[in-house]
Amino acid sequence: MKHRYLPMTEQDKNAMLEAIGVSSVDELFNDIPEKVRFKGDYNIKPAKSETALMKELFQMAGKNADLRTNVSFLGAGVYDHYMPVIVDHVISRSEFYTAYTPYQPEISQGELQAIFEFQTMICELTGMDVANSSMYDGGTALAEAAMLSAGHTKRKTILVSGAVHPESREVLKTYAKGQYLEVIEVPVKDGITDVAALKGLINDDIAAVVVQYPNFFGRIEPLKELEEIIHEHKSLFVVSSNPLSLGILTPPGKFGADIVVGDAQPFGIPTAFGGPHCGYFAVTTKLMRKVPGRLVGQTTDDQGRRGFVLTLQAREQHIRRDKATSNICSNQALNALAASVAMTALGKKGVREIAAANLQKAHYAKSALKAAGFEVAYDGYTFNEFVVKLNKPVKEINQQLLQKGIIGGYDLGRDYPELANHMLLAVTEQRTKEEIDTLVKELGDLHA
Amino acid sequence: MHNQDQKLIFEVSTPGRVGYSLPEMDVPELDVNGLLPEGYLREEEPLLPEVSELDIMRHYTALSRRNHGVDSGFYPLGSCTMKYNPKINENVARYNGFAHIHPLQDESSVQGALGLLYDLQQHLIEITGMDEVTLQPAAGAHGEWTGLMMIRAYHEANGDLKRTKVIVPDSAHGTNPASATVAGLETITVKSNESGLVDLDDLRRVVGDDTAALMLTNPNTLGLFEEHIVEIAEIVHEAGGKVYYDGANLNAVLSKARPGDMGFDVVHLNLHKTFTGPHGGGGPGSGPVGVKEDLIPYLPKPVITKRGDEYVLDYDRPQSIGRVKPYYGNFGINVRAYTYIRSMGPDGLKAVTEYAVLNANYMMRRLAEHYDLPFDRHCKHEFVLSGRRQKKLGVRTLDIAKRLLDFGYHPPTIYFPLNVEECIMIEPTETESKETLDGFIDIMIQIAKEAEENPEIVQEAPYTTIVGRLDETTAARKPILRYQKA
Repeated sequence: MKHRYLPMTEQDKNAMLEAIGVSSVDELFNDIPEKVRFKGDYNIKPAKSETALMKELFQMAGKNADLRTNVSFLGAGVYDHYMPVIVDHVISRSEFYTAYTPYQPEISQGELQAIFEFQTMICELTGMDVANSSMYDGGTALAEAAMLSAGHTKRKTILVSGAVHPESREVLKTYAKGQYLEVIEVPVKDGITDVAALKGLINDDIAAVVVQYPNFFGRIEPLKELEEIIHEHKSLFVVSSNPLSLGILTPPGKFGADIVVGDAQPFGIPTAFGGPHCGYFAVTTKLMRKVPGRLVGQTTDDQGRRGFVLTLQAREQHIRRDKATSNICSNQALNALAASVAMTALGKKGVREIAAANLQKAHYAKSALKAAGFEVAYDGYTFNEFVVKLNKPVKEINQQLLQKGIIGGYDLGRDYPELANHMLLAVTEQRTKEEIDTLVKELGDLHA
Repeated sequence: MHNQDQKLIFEVSTPGRVGYSLPEMDVPELDVNGLLPEGYLREEEPLLPEVSELDIMRHYTALSRRNHGVDSGFYPLGSCTMKYNPKINENVARYNGFAHIHPLQDESSVQGALGLLYDLQQHLIEITGMDEVTLQPAAGAHGEWTGLMMIRAYHEANGDLKRTKVIVPDSAHGTNPASATVAGLETITVKSNESGLVDLDDLRRVVGDDTAALMLTNPNTLGLFEEHIVEIAEIVHEAGGKVYYDGANLNAVLSKARPGDMGFDVVHLNLHKTFTGPHGGGGPGSGPVGVKEDLIPYLPKPVITKRGDEYVLDYDRPQSIGRVKPYYGNFGINVRAYTYIRSMGPDGLKAVTEYAVLNANYMMRRLAEHYDLPFDRHCKHEFVLSGRRQKKLGVRTLDIAKRLLDFGYHPPTIYFPLNVEECIMIEPTETESKETLDGFIDIMIQIAKEAEENPEIVQEAPYTTIVGRLDETTAARKPILRYQKA
């Protein structure tokens, strides 16, 4: 059969069969027992030419309402942010995307150095000492932070704020089941973690307390106050954080967080229906040797030239096998590269400017909605998201908005029954004043 | 800094330069001090670089030139299936309707995406011979853990609480035992026999009423097909355990043998291996899991399904193990894998395996005179050599790997599997031509000769790379894991 990915010719094949000493390719499969041998062809769709397939898939993609054609106010953990055009040019260099894990450092210095730079940038933004090379996503990074905490403290209970992303909490519970850990939710009051309730729940058996900053409702959690309560019981303080917000927010490291996790998707990574994104994992020096996943370290060769290698591998599954505390192997390297390029493009000044623009534009939207008579629930300090109360089901409103080319906010009633008819709106730097004004007007019309 | 060092981006930084163009600030700006609580406005600037767009492009272009990918040259890294990454996949994954859709949009507005995922599931069900597939796991190891969590939930639902042991062969990938541990299960090792296959007597000895599952890669990590797979599955099933298929090596058996027909109850696939999602320098991957009917209730939720003409996310799964990942998996990689499967069709996928296996056997036979071949039988898509003959001459497998770098090759996987001394594990894949294989074989033969005649050449390699062998001991003893301004 001829196919553009398969270079073998009949002549090659015959020469190779002769070298092997068999008369047909089939003979090479004689070790598959007759009983389980698959005969015939898969019952799947026939191959399509490049042109025909691209056409079909282009049409399939066209059935989706995308964020380029529509105006999105949907966030809830995944955001429509400025994507420097250069990001895609860098990650499209196939020396990066067609390589695998840099096991051979002499010919992988590019990838290794890029990861080293990523680790540095994550440390800088979060205010932590050590960051790994990436995790699958923010949700699994959070779950792994809880696992690390349980292992480190030898305690079996995790407290997680109800204002942490609902899907991350679900992932945490699945992982906790694996490790026979108990997960208890700390109630939310007025849109932030209920500090009084936390005081009632915490004790010396708590491995970690997990909060999100800014939290799922867009509110700024009182990290300073939380830290004191948590560390009094020698529990670990785990903060899940949108790294872009840290351009303007005091980093969790400054408040004494032990582990900071999150997703670097806001930096140059497309929403892509939820993945692949890029989890990050940062810790204090004290926890360095317990970090899951890969770490890149700096060293030198015999001539004193600087080079980078995968290091502290004694932590990892391929060495420790069943003694490993995490099983992660492949991570999200290419997306970490994308995030690095975006963080590099933004740089010291841009990361502040973009975070400030989110703060300002979301504040403008919030004020405009209030001026139009909407009730903002959980009102208070927010970053780029806030909650607005509607008089109709959110799903219904969103269907109407979509007809006007607007992707509305998240339906909080899905996860919080008491928040039926409450919409979580995200307003990033991408939204123009005109788009925000249109949203306010359309919502007003639907609300009437 | 050494004068040959590649500068870090931080070392290129110059205050005052920018590399960004943010959307216009067209809303009234307020004093940020009033928009955040006291003490929560960041005071110290993060040490991010200040560079122009050209600085960025030059920097990363320089880094890319210090990296070897499949597009740079042959990459016979065993067990990793470093085949060609088709470019159409990259284009399709970047269509607006795939790259720029939000996971929490109303289902009615993402029917194209859900339809693609549903159809990919159907294709993978047929390819694996399983009854249902979830696309949620992000990578192979994540899939392993997901599968084991489902097996655990199954036994627990049957009140079979003492099934806590997972049996893995001594040749297994490191992720197998690690995944078992993370799933709250214990690992027991079953020995390989002198043919490199699971020792059936040892298996009979270790199975019992505490067996949760046997995890098996077939062909195994030696590239050998477990000929007694039917018996193996029977032994485990009779003891009440489940049989788990590590799909890392599926490239060897497309259209030849399906895990579901071999008696496996759970299978994970590595879409970034067999199905050409690029490896990305270490990810993102995608690790779908297929199951037989009795495990369907335990699939992670939501399950993507079809009701009438509509694709839906089914959250009503009371026995589900729960979510293993936010949203629906690494969608972008799943789009690439789907594009690949549709580019190949049934004939193409069959040819993939036939050529992958032909290539591996050809290389194995031609190298067998020059290196020890621990298991002398037809291999599947990969094979292992042992460098013990060269070791006696003072040349380690590591040295051979480093010497290969001088000729522009990525070395094979080395020192794995653990049950072969000085192991060299070679996987050519089907996308390589005979000329490429011959070129590599010639160099391997040359290195074997060098080991005999002039071992120092090999011992001190590489000579042509931008850095020599790096001091990994110091890197681990005194870790420098981030740049710090001098």
